[in-house]
Parts: sequence; structure tokens; C-alpha cells
Amino acid sequence: MTDGADMQTARRLRLPQINPVWVLLAVLIGAIIFMNPGFTQPTGYMNFLKRAAPLAILAAGQVYVITSGGFDLSVGSLITLVVVGASMLTNNDPAATYWVVPLMLGMGLGVGLLNGLIVCFLRVPSLIATLGMMITLTGLAFMWSGGAPRGYLPDTFRFFGRELIRDVPLVRFIPISVIVLLVVVGLLAWLMHRTNLGRQVHAIGDNPVAAGLAGVPVNRVRITAFMLSGLSGAIAGILLGGFAGVSTDVGSGYELQAITAAVLGGAQLLGGRGSVPAAVGGALALTAIFTLLNFLGLPQPVRQVVQGLILIAAVALAMHRRQQTGT
Amino acid sequence: MKRMIMATGALALGLSPAWAQNFNDPEEFAKQQEQLQATAEGPEGQPWVENIGGDMVEMPGLDLASGATVCFSNAGVNNPWRVVGFTNMTEELKNHSSIENFIHVDAEGSDDKQIADIDDLLAGGDCDVMIVSPNTTAALTPAVERACEAMPVIVFDRGVNTDCPETFVHPVGGYGFGIQGAEFIVDQLDEGSNVLMLRILPGVDVLETRYSAGRRILDEAGMNVVGAEFTDGDNAKTKSIVEDYLMRGTIDAVWMDAGATAVAAIEAFEDSGYDIPVFVGEDQQDFLRKWQDEGMTAIAPTYPAYQWRTAIIAASRVIEGGELPAPEWVLPQPAITQDTLADYVNPAMPPLHYAMCGCEEMEGYPEAWGGN
Repeated sequence: MTDGADMQTARRLRLPQINPVWVLLAVLIGAIIFMNPGFTQPTGYMNFLKRAAPLAILAAGQVYVITSGGFDLSVGSLITLVVVGASMLTNNDPAATYWVVPLMLGMGLGVGLLNGLIVCFLRVPSLIATLGMMITLTGLAFMWSGGAPRGYLPDTFRFFGRELIRDVPLVRFIPISVIVLLVVVGLLAWLMHRTNLGRQVHAIGDNPVAAGLAGVPVNRVRITAFMLSGLSGAIAGILLGGFAGVSTDVGSGYELQAITAAVLGGAQLLGGRGSVPAAVGGALALTAIFTLLNFLGLPQPVRQVVQGLILIAAVALAMHRRQQTGT
Repeated sequence: MKRMIMATGALALGLSPAWAQNFNDPEEFAKQQEQLQATAEGPEGQPWVENIGGDMVEMPGLDLASGATVCFSNAGVNNPWRVVGFTNMTEELKNHSSIENFIHVDAEGSDDKQIADIDDLLAGGDCDVMIVSPNTTAALTPAVERACEAMPVIVFDRGVNTDCPETFVHPVGGYGFGIQGAEFIVDQLDEGSNVLMLRILPGVDVLETRYSAGRRILDEAGMNVVGAEFTDGDNAKTKSIVEDYLMRGTIDAVWMDAGATAVAAIEAFEDSGYDIPVFVGEDQQDFLRKWQDEGMTAIAPTYPAYQWRTAIIAASRVIEGGELPAPEWVLPQPAITQDTLADYVNPAMPPLHYAMCGCEEMEGYPEAWGGN
């Protein structure tokens, strides 16, 4: 009996150490494999990672803004603008990719910079500032394209989202987008958890006044967070355009999915707490939910009900765990 | 959780036949099947002024001191088909000197806004004729009835539940669209072949009827429908869904209720290393190009965008007087087949340009439609 009680305390102590998003992800992946054993083949999990890459990158950027105490609702429409803009600018010329890609990344940084300046200096709450930006960018994409896609994306541009490296030992093939995912998430995780910038982002999200008094350049850090989110939006746009081609509503809904993914990963909505790897875990879990519901073959309305319930339950679990650990 | 999923599932399944009933009308199915075969009356090669089996009504013409003002309450310009259609409309206006002013109000896909738009147009008192492209049928009926009391009304695309408009311009319809694609699949494949059905979203009448007609034909021919999935018209989602199905088994044909995401679905086969199966798309240029480039076995049923021209032509006949097919102006609804494919492919046009626009001979072509 005493052994059992010991184990129980031990378990209670140990459990909170693991972020519940990983448990959720493991359960979901387990369920997918149970439904479809083909998932353990490279085609299965690599396709899954390829599909999750844009959302994962977006969540990794979004978690900077959330941790700093804000929201970035503009990333979805930024994705659309990147895809529409790239198709207009490349104009079917494969050689144009080499300047269009950097330009699009620059545009992402620029949109982030604008968001940051509006929030810091015009004192507009980020929810409204980025909502306004979202509407503006949607309008811009519409004006640019006239409401329907006007061009194709050349294969050189689609390379990042569509191509695979074949004949790789062990896994047979690696999609380029998975490599992009690893590099971008690696960099963002390093910035967040191994550098001073990451600590400052946490500090201004926790208590901006205290952080300012302690010498943190609050505005600069906040603007940097928005710029990183904008950059992640541009990268996600390049991957999505590559994966599926041009459409004028490709990014719609991604902003909320990115926020959901970050929160699933335990980020605190009003700032002060957030983790890049966990946000990526949240994005993978969210994609796994979509995939699992695809495999279950349930009718659409039922899927939506289940999806909503799983989300609420997962976030409730994350909150419960925070209460227990007191962080 | 599992029991809850099952219960909700059972509930949804229990409800679905009740919804489907409206969209699975055997009489309408038979009527449209017949109309697809019928020969249209009118000048050949100009399907936008042809009509199928309609009775003609002699319009007296409006007695106006100056040029007429035509008001157009538009459900929205919120998808590429409507963008092409609206361009057709504005270009067609240039052919009609009797129409002096054209007032366009865009309801942005909202019933409420469109009802308010129509009431505003009526209150403004400037309109001589009103054209309405209703957002949804039932919600817009009372507003159209109010408009009918004040002036002649032309309705096109989706209908309303009243016969007060001068005429209702539309192509054969959703059942016809579904029939053309599914019959092609049945002709190409043996009984028991695997067919994946991809749909945009549930609940829209013109899309539900396409599906119910397609499903009826596939089921009757003994095809194995492996799934009917909603794509939300999203390329990435479409591609993901097809990839998931390919991991679970073979697909011999893909039936789609609209072709905007057809190329993404085709790419899922290519990228996974499969041969492209029999495909039902639509008349978007990107699909037609892919079809030609890859030498696919495919068909493109259409929901012709030229009906937007017809709406203006109908308005001009009301103004000037003349014969008007009424109470319905049923336009032919041709499908693009291997034999006619070359006539419609045009790499100079944007990817989601609808080839069945009937606009090639118009003055502003191709620039006004975004071509070069």
C-alpha cells in the first residue's frame, strides 16, 4: 500500500513537468496510427509534417507577440497578400523568384514593424491594431488581384512548399517545407529561450512597467516581436502558396489557428509566458485533430462539434496544469 | 467521448435526409436531364441569347423621356466566377445605348445587406428596371416582391419563390451540372470503381443539387463512392484530403461540384506519385490547361458565366420592347469535352478565368478580364 501511495505522489510530482500539449499530441498521433497504420510510413508522417509546417511556423512567430502581451490577427491576411502578391510579381517568370522571395519576407517584416509602431506609439491595443491591419491587407490583396487570382506561381517559387528531396536514407524523402520548418523553428526557439531578447519578451509581457524600470527597451522589444510574427506570416505564405497554388482566401482563419496553437502550447493570453517548441507542439496537435477527423470520416457538422470540444478541453487542461504548478 | 461522437453522428445522420429532400427532387432532375439534350432556340454560336423551350412574351417597352437607369442588386463579387460574370455585365452594358445609367450595389454575400440594398434602391426612386442576383432564395423573395410592385424586375443566377419578375434568367441548373460529370465517369469506368466526391460546402442549393444528381447517377451505376468531402473551396485543404484518401486506397475518379480547387486535387496525385484518374472539373482556365498539358481523361461541366450578359440583354428588351423568353429564360449549359477543349484553353487568361464566359468577341476582351 505504501508503495502505491508513494507512486501516486511521485506521479503527481512528475506529471506537471511534461507540457500537456505533448501528451495530447501523442494521444492524437496514436489514434491516427490506430485508424490508419499507413501513417507510420514516411509518406504518412512526412505529409503530415509538410501540411503542419505553415501553421507551426506561424504559431512560433505568434507566440512572441502573445508572450509580449499582445495579439497578431494580421498574419492570415498577410499570408493571402504574400501569395497573391507573389503571383502578380513573378508573372510566370521562373527567374523572378530570386527577388520576389526576399521582397515578400521584407514585406512580412514591414507589416510587423507597422503593427508594432501602431501599438507602441499610437497606443492602439494590439487586438484592434492588428484587426485593422488584417482588414487593410485583405483589401489590398483584393485590389491587387481584382478579386480573382491573376497569375500562376512558377515552379521555382513553389519549390519551398511542394518539392521533396528524394532518396534520403531511413525516411526515403524529406519535403523542403519540413526543412524550412526545422530551420525557422530552431532559430525562433533559440532566440526565445537562449538569448536576452527572449527574456525581455517575457518580461514586458509579464509586467511592462516593471520591465521598463528594469531597463528593458519595451517598445523596441515589442516591435521586434511583431516583426518576427510578420516574418513568420510571410514564410508561411510562401510555403502555403507553394503547397497548393494561388487562391485569394488562402490565409483566412490562420490567425486564429495560430493563436489557438500557441495557447494549446501553454502560452498565456495576456503575456508573460510562452514557449516556441510548445506552440509548435500545439500546431502539430491542431493539425493532428484535423487529420484524425478526416480519417474518422464523420460528417462535417459533427467534425466541427468535436473539433470545438477537443479545443476547449485541451486548453482547459493547460490552464488546470498551470494552476497546479502555480506558474 | 466516443459515445458522444457516436450520438452526435447519429443525430446528424438522422437529420441529413430531411435536409437533402429539398435538393434531391426527381422531377427537377428529370426535367434538367431532358433540357441538357434539348436544342436551344436562337442564334447559333451565341448561347447567351439562346433559350431552351421558353415561351415568348412581347414586351411593350418603357415609355421614357431619356435613357433608362438600370439598378443591379448583386449578391456579391466574392468569388472568381462572380468577378468574371460582373466584368461580362459591365462590358455588355456598352452594347446597349438605351441604358444610360447603371447603378450597382454589392451585398457582399449578406442577405440582410441585400434586402436593405433593394429597399434603398426603391426609396431612391432613380431606377427604371431592377436586376437582382439573389444571395439566397427564401430570404430575398419578399424584397423582390416589393421591387416588382414598383418596376420591372429581372432575376438571374439563383431564383426567388415568386413569379412576379419579368423573367428569371438561368442556365439548366445544378442537377444538370451533376449529371454531366457523373455520366462521364460512368461511361469511362467499370462498375465498382472507386470515386471520390469533393464538395465545397454544405447547404447551398446550387451545390447540393449538383451533388445529389451526381450521387444518384454514380450510385445507380454501381460505383463505389469512397467519400464525399467538403473542401471549403480551399486549395490546401483539398490537396490534404486527397492525399489522405490516397494513403488509404486507390481512387479511379474524382467528381467535384466546382472546379476552383481541381488543380490542387490533381497535384495531390502527382506529388504522391500516382497517375491522374478520371476527373470532373469545371471551366476554369487552370484546370483546362492542366487537362491539356497532362493529357488527362476529363470533362468540365459549366455553370456559364455568360448568363450575366443575358441579364443585361433581358433588361434592354424590357426597356426597348421586344420578345422576351418568360417567365424563365433557360440558357444552354454545355460541358467542355476532349473534343471542344482546344477551343476553350487560353493561356493568356488568368487561372480562374471561366472559359464559358461567352466574352471572347466582346470589345474589352481580354484586358477587361485580366488577360494579356
